[in-house]
Amino acid sequence: MGKLIGEAVRRVEDRRFITGKATYTDDIKLPGMTYAYIVRSPYAHARIKKIDTSRAKSAPGVIAVFTGEDVKDVNGLPCGWQVNFRNGDTMKEPKHPLLVADKVRHVGDNVAMIVAETREQAKDAAELLDIEYEVLDAVTDPAKAIEEGAPLVHDDVPRNICFDWEIGDKAKTDDAFAKADHVVSLEFRNQRLIPNAIEPRSAIGVYDAARDKYTLYTSSQNPHLIRLLLCAFVLGIPEHKVRVVSPDVGGGFGSKIFHYAEEALVTWAAKQVGRPIKWTAERSESFVTDAHGRDHVTKAEMAFDKNGKILGLRVSTIANMGAYLSTFAPAIPTYLHGTLLQGVYDTPAIYCEITAVFTHTTPVDAYRGAGRPEATYLLERLVDTGARELGMDPAEIRRKNFIPPFDGVKQPGYQTQVALQYDSGNYEATLNKALEIIGYDKLRKEQEEARKQGRYIGIGFSTYIEACGIAPSAVVGALGARAGLYESSIVRVQPTGKVTVYTGSHAHGQGHETTFAQIVADTLGIPLEDVEVVHGDTDAIPFGMGTYGSRSLAVGGSALRKGLDKVIEKGTKIAAHLLEAAEEDLEFANGEWKVKGTDKKITFGEVALAAYVPHNFPEGMEPGLEFSTFYDPANFTFPFGTHIAVVEVDPETGKVTLKRYVAVDDVGTVINPLIVDGQVHGGIAQGIGQALLEEAVYDENGELLSSSFLEYAIPRADDLVSFEVDRTVTPCPHNPLGVKGAGETGTIASTAAVVNAVVDALAPLGIKDLQMPLTPRRVWEAIQQAKAS
Amino acid sequence: MEIPIKLTVNGEVVERRVEPRLLLVNFLRDVLGLTGTHVGCDTSSCGACTILMDGKAVKSCTLLAVQADGAELVTVEGLAKNGELHPIQEGFWQEHGLQCGFCTPGMIMAAYQLLEENPNPSEEEIRHALEGNYCRCTGYHNIVKSVQYAAKKLNR
Repeated sequence: MGKLIGEAVRRVEDRRFITGKATYTDDIKLPGMTYAYIVRSPYAHARIKKIDTSRAKSAPGVIAVFTGEDVKDVNGLPCGWQVNFRNGDTMKEPKHPLLVADKVRHVGDNVAMIVAETREQAKDAAELLDIEYEVLDAVTDPAKAIEEGAPLVHDDVPRNICFDWEIGDKAKTDDAFAKADHVVSLEFRNQRLIPNAIEPRSAIGVYDAARDKYTLYTSSQNPHLIRLLLCAFVLGIPEHKVRVVSPDVGGGFGSKIFHYAEEALVTWAAKQVGRPIKWTAERSESFVTDAHGRDHVTKAEMAFDKNGKILGLRVSTIANMGAYLSTFAPAIPTYLHGTLLQGVYDTPAIYCEITAVFTHTTPVDAYRGAGRPEATYLLERLVDTGARELGMDPAEIRRKNFIPPFDGVKQPGYQTQVALQYDSGNYEATLNKALEIIGYDKLRKEQEEARKQGRYIGIGFSTYIEACGIAPSAVVGALGARAGLYESSIVRVQPTGKVTVYTGSHAHGQGHETTFAQIVADTLGIPLEDVEVVHGDTDAIPFGMGTYGSRSLAVGGSALRKGLDKVIEKGTKIAAHLLEAAEEDLEFANGEWKVKGTDKKITFGEVALAAYVPHNFPEGMEPGLEFSTFYDPANFTFPFGTHIAVVEVDPETGKVTLKRYVAVDDVGTVINPLIVDGQVHGGIAQGIGQALLEEAVYDENGELLSSSFLEYAIPRADDLVSFEVDRTVTPCPHNPLGVKGAGETGTIASTAAVVNAVVDALAPLGIKDLQMPLTPRRVWEAIQQAKAS
Repeated sequence: MEIPIKLTVNGEVVERRVEPRLLLVNFLRDVLGLTGTHVGCDTSSCGACTILMDGKAVKSCTLLAVQADGAELVTVEGLAKNGELHPIQEGFWQEHGLQCGFCTPGMIMAAYQLLEENPNPSEEEIRHALEGNYCRCTGYHNIVKSVQYAAKKLNR
């Protein structure tokens, strides 16, 4: 017992994972289970002229073959966020069918589903499916897709434009640029990434005819959201007749937020077939069907005065949506990117315009950071470039432009130029701490020495902010969300004083079973072992929105904390009755109520028992000790920090070696430092992956060339170093825990830090910018070019 | 056509008839129900399926079940003895070496072989030994610490 908030408690869920006893969706085997294999388009754009299923249907073990014809009356996958054109028109939202009947629109588009007795038989039968395609021209580059005459992804979407959108004050920003002493301008592609959670997606559909009830097991970050979309939008089946279970899920990083066709297909087909159907992606399918991330083509400019003060920011981005709108796709380049362009700087004028376009590629949606890494990348590259061109130190130019500290209590929140109001922040404090840890002055001297010896060492900064813990329903509703973004909890105190809590949040690596238990045990003053956290089963948990956008603790944890407050409030009334004392004379601490100034007391367990065996109970009070709570926060949370990367570039090979990495983050109050540090580590690694290694590459025909781990490089152990992680603590002023999100900070910050470091290393050669990923070849070519000119 | 195989899995003798094309990992998962060994890719890259075969860490997605005929296999389920965690498992727990847990069994088995061959690995040696096992959650930072913890404990 004792204080648990802030303790590095070892995770209570770990035992099942380290002993091989976890239950991921693909581990589930049900009686009579059949296996599905999805036949996918090998072409980026083609008309399906004919599908002959007869040979496949008669193949050994085959139970059913479904094509687009079979699901033509079933709705497509819905989009959960609406963004309108600047002129007020609704965004273009073409149907995203479960199986395509007419035209395939990206490599991997679903064409048919074969259900067989075994996985191997289903796959064998796929070879016998006779599909005739008429191959059409494709476009994968979003900048080319909007040109006149480009192939159309959807015939009724002119120039492939899904919507255009703007934020900020254009006139004021143009004015700031007109008055500027210096303007920095950069053009780049924030390249397309493929999330690659190590567990491939998996779904099992079950239909129990005797109970008229469906069950869907799925590797999802948000089972209730899937149930809602599946029932109300796609299949039109009653929600109360569907149970969605997300058991242990092997990482998500955003890619498992979205409602995918396979979830609907196995659920729908389970009733047709009358047996459970399991589908599990092979990695090659993950590459072409899991929603991708990023893929922005951007022109960004920053205006400075002669002293390095930022006067204005202008951003124009073409954002690739892929072939169809994934669940949250329209929100990513707009409300999670355009609204983040204030960064940590007191920039007085900002304007951003976004053009979202369809291409013949896999749909693009939220991937760890989702819009915020893109915003941070352009800001941090511009600020760094500004420093270099103005002859300033990159730390100094940041210091000069930081928003001054504010706690959101005594000082109000900071109103940005781009809609958001920051909750609390002390940006310079993270910079100071990071500089101290890295030993900045000494490091600059070492860099100078190294340069004399022909060695290229670089130091790169990233001072970032993010908006997470997404967020007030009224606000996101006004911005186009078709869902609320609250979270729920049920606190069920058992008669023996043990506590089961049910959360609408979902853990797929984040350790909720520990962190949430710490909140319960700490608040109620009971041992950690007396708490069980349940998540992931819609038949057990209250309706909840799930986990993404670093929202679990800030929103779900707060819902839990508010439920615990209700338990204490009712418990106090029961205790007062039993102790024959006035409520105001009681104090609750360490799991017991005491009459102040006496030794009269009653334990939490005794009160719980009384609640369920209410022989002697306050008059008129309901028995039981259980509360359901929905929490809709007042605002996003805004974590921030400073990351510094140190790299060395080998001028002979172009290889970038990471030497050190320092991260000082501020995520508000920390419940479990072990888990928070772990989130930061993983995030940093993913951002470094974008900077140095990862890129989804399509050829001119729309084929994904980087379609396996052999061509798409995610960071391996020997690509990275141990990270030097520290933090400052600026509590969130508007939630009961004081916490901010911690799941995406690392990814948001690290990409820019690493690229800034490499550019810093190569600055003596006159290299000003490099396009990601900074592969040895790309860096080597830049070095050769710089030497030649 | 099915082929009879006989092998030892986690100390128990197993005899089955299997299709020649059945992958060893699917034999473990689907036939024996040992679902602690995972499938994360189809190119032998990710290492989620790593097990020990006659003392060597192997990727069980890259072997056929029939190739394991006569072999001695250890999977993650075979490490803990009498409810007591193996020091490597303990290391992963103590040092928060896992998040989603999907790569963890393979990571533990790869670390097992490393520590058999090199009881005192440097950080660089640990990173090199685990480069065939992908983790998307931890950035490997705490995995390195987990292996260091285990090395220290095993050497005691």
